[in-house]
Amino acid sequence: MTASRFEPADMRAMEGQLIDTRLWQHRHVLDLDDFSPEEVSTVFDTANVMQEILRRPVKKVPTLRDCTVATLFYEPSTRTRLSFETAAKRLGADTLSLVVTASSVAKGESLVDTVATLESVGVDIVVLRHSLAGASHLAASVTSRAKVINAGDGWHAHPTQALLDMYTLWRHCGKLAGIKVVIIGDIKHSRVARSNIWGLSLMGAYIVLCAPPTLLPEGLGISSLNFPSVAVESNLALALNDADVVMVLRVQWERHSQGLLPGPQEYIRHYRLDEDKLALARPNALVLHPGPVNEDVEITAKVARGPQSVISEQVTNGVAVRMALLYLLSRGVV
Amino acid sequence: MSWPILIKNGHIVDPATGWDSVGSILLEDGKVAWRDKAAQAPASNYEELDATGLVVCPGFIDLHCHLREPGYEDQETIYTGTRAAARGGFTTVCCMPNTDPPLDSPAPVALVKDIISRDSIIRVLPIGCITRSRQGKTIVEMDRLAAAGVIGFSDDGAPVSDNYLMYQAMRYAEEVGLPIIEHSEDLAIGSGGQINEGIISARLGLAGLPQVAEEVAIARNLLLARATGARLHLAHISTAGSVELVRRAKEIGVNVSAEVTPHHLTLTEEWVLGYNTMAKVKPPLRTWNDIEALLQGLEDGVIDAIATDHAPHTATEKQCEFAQAAFGISGLETALGSLMSLVHKQKLSLLLMVDKLTRGPAAVIGDKYPGLGTLAPGAPADVTILDPEREWVVSAASFCSKGKNTPLEGEHFKGVVVATIYQGEEVYQDDSVQFKGRAK
Repeated sequence: MTASRFEPADMRAMEGQLIDTRLWQHRHVLDLDDFSPEEVSTVFDTANVMQEILRRPVKKVPTLRDCTVATLFYEPSTRTRLSFETAAKRLGADTLSLVVTASSVAKGESLVDTVATLESVGVDIVVLRHSLAGASHLAASVTSRAKVINAGDGWHAHPTQALLDMYTLWRHCGKLAGIKVVIIGDIKHSRVARSNIWGLSLMGAYIVLCAPPTLLPEGLGISSLNFPSVAVESNLALALNDADVVMVLRVQWERHSQGLLPGPQEYIRHYRLDEDKLALARPNALVLHPGPVNEDVEITAKVARGPQSVISEQVTNGVAVRMALLYLLSRGVV
Repeated sequence: MSWPILIKNGHIVDPATGWDSVGSILLEDGKVAWRDKAAQAPASNYEELDATGLVVCPGFIDLHCHLREPGYEDQETIYTGTRAAARGGFTTVCCMPNTDPPLDSPAPVALVKDIISRDSIIRVLPIGCITRSRQGKTIVEMDRLAAAGVIGFSDDGAPVSDNYLMYQAMRYAEEVGLPIIEHSEDLAIGSGGQINEGIISARLGLAGLPQVAEEVAIARNLLLARATGARLHLAHISTAGSVELVRRAKEIGVNVSAEVTPHHLTLTEEWVLGYNTMAKVKPPLRTWNDIEALLQGLEDGVIDAIATDHAPHTATEKQCEFAQAAFGISGLETALGSLMSLVHKQKLSLLLMVDKLTRGPAAVIGDKYPGLGTLAPGAPADVTILDPEREWVVSAASFCSKGKNTPLEGEHFKGVVVATIYQGEEVYQDDSVQFKGRAK
C-alpha cells in the first residue's frame, strides 16, 4: 500500500501514473550527500511524469493547491528562482517570493527569524538560496513543520541543479553507472560541482575534475569517508580522453584578483572548451553548463549552441525536476 | 580563618616534587603544612576528608582563559567564570586582555583587579596587551603594566602581524622580564578561513584555515625570540608542523614554551560536520595526525602546559550561519573530562596530565608568583581532588559558566573534579564529598 495521499483527481491529472513515494526518505532537500540511489531514481521517475504535464497546452494540475511555497533568495538569481516559481505554479501551489538584499541582512533580521516568520505565516516549503554555506541546514534546524529546499548555499551545495543535470544525462544515456564525467572549472568555489560529485558518484559514474591547482579543493588526494573519491587531471586534453560527459562551470573573474586564477588568456588557453578539445572526448559526448554561459570564455559559442550541447534541455528539465521535488516533499510521509 | 583540612589516604599526584602514591596532607593557614604516608590528626579542631580512591593534586593552573569582564558581561563575568574554573578544578587562571576596555594600560588592570578581589573565588592573574587596543600598531607601556600586576603580554585573538613591531615588543618584554604570549596565525594566508583546510572544508564548502598559516607565524615568532632572547609562550598550538618547529627551537636553546588545549587533543575537524558552530574555534580542530603529534609533544616536553582557552559566547553568537558564528569553545568545565578520556585510553598518563596542568604552567608563570602548582610543604593550599572513575554526562545547562557553547553536550565522561580548595578554603565540592568537622 503506497504511503502517499492520493485523491482521484491526482490520478487523472497524472494520466493514471502512480508515483511511488515509498522510497523517499527526505524531509528537506539540503544536499545530495545523504541520498540513496533509490531516492534519486524516484526523482527521475517523478520528473518524467511532470514532463508529460509540461507538454500539454494547459500546463497546470491542482495537485499542490493545498501547499504554499516561498522562495527566499539572499542572492540574486533569475533562472533558479523562476524555475522554482514556475514549478510551484504548474502544480497549483500558492507562491510567495522574497528577494532579500544584502542590506536587510545587515540590518539584523536574522535568517532564523525570517524562516520562523515564513512558517508562522503558513508556508509549507521554503526554497532558500544564501551566500553562506550551511544556511539551509540552519533553516531546516529551526522549522518545526515547513520543509526546506536548498537552492544554493555559498560554495557548498545546489542539489536541485545536480539532480536536473543527472536527469538530463539519464534521459540521454539511459544509465549513469560507469559513464565518465569531466567537470571543468572553479571546483573549489562551486556548489554545482560539489553536488554533482556527490550525486554522480552515488549513481556509479566515474568523475574527473579538471582545474588549475588553486581552484581545486584541498585534501582530495587522500581517500576518505567524508568525500567521494574523484580523479584529478589538470591537463584538459588528457582529462577529456574517453569522456562521455563534459560539464563546464562558469568562470568568475573576481577569483583572478584574489590571486587564484592565472590571467584570462592563460585560463582560456588551458581550460576553455572549444570544438577541437571536445573532439578529444567520445563522439556524441554531451556538454552541460549550469548557466549563465559566458560565451567564448569557459566555452565557445559554437560548442554551447552546437549539436552536443544539452544546455537548453537542462533548463527545461529543471522545471520538471523541481516539480518532482515539490511533489515528493509535500506528499512524502517523512 | 577556617579550620585546617586533613585530606586522608588519597592518591597524591604532585609532579613538581615527584610524589605519586597514597598519602595524607594537612592544609593549615592557607598553606600546605605537611604531607606524609600516614595521617596525623592535628591538635586543634579540623575538617577531615576521606580521600580513599580519589586523586589529590595541586590546584590546576589555566594559562589561557577569557573571562570577558569588563565589557562583555553577557558572555561571562569574573563571578561566573571563576566559579566555572573552580568546578573544573582550577585554582589559578590567567585572563586574556581582549576585554572592553582592553588591558593595555594600568587603569583597566586596576579595575579588573578590583573586580577580581570582589567577585572571584580563585586566583586570577591578568595578562596585559602587547599593543594599544590590540591594534598591532603601538606597543603598550610594558613596565607600568608589569608593575600593575600582569604576568605576560598578549593581543590574543589578534596576532601581531607587523614583524618589526613584534621584534621591538619582544626586546621590551625581555627587559621587563615577562613573556610574550602569542596567538600564532598568518592573517593573509588564513584570511576568511572558518575551519581546518582539508577534506572537511572541501565537503562543507567552507573557506579553510591551512595548517601552514599557523606554522608560518610560529616560525617567525621563534626566529624573533631567538634574535631577541625574549621569553616566548606559544598559545594553543594545533598542528604537527608547529610541534616540530617548537621541538627544533628548544633543541637550539630558544627560550620558548608552548601550550595546547584539551579540545585540540581530543576532537578532530569532523566535529564540524553538519555545520556544528559549537565546534568552530581558532585555531580550528585539525586531524588525527595532528593529535598524535601534540600528544607526543606533551610526552617529550616540547609542550609545557595544557590550557583551556575558555571562550564563552552567547547563544545568539552561535546560532546563525556558520561563517557568521563566533569562534570559541567554553572549556573550563569539560577540560578534566576530556583529558581523563585520554588517560583512560592510555594515550596520556595521569602523572603527565597533572604535570601539564600544574608544574608546567607554574613554570611558565615563573618567579612572579612562586610556589604555584605544587603540594610541597609551604606552598599555597591550592588542591584539586578528583574521582578518576566516576561517570558523568556533560550538560551545558548545568555549567556555572554563562558560556554554554560546547560541542560536548551529552558526552559521557569518566573522571571528574569532586572538590577544589583555594588557599585552604573549599571553593567547589560536589555532593559526594563530605568534609567532616572534628572538634577537639
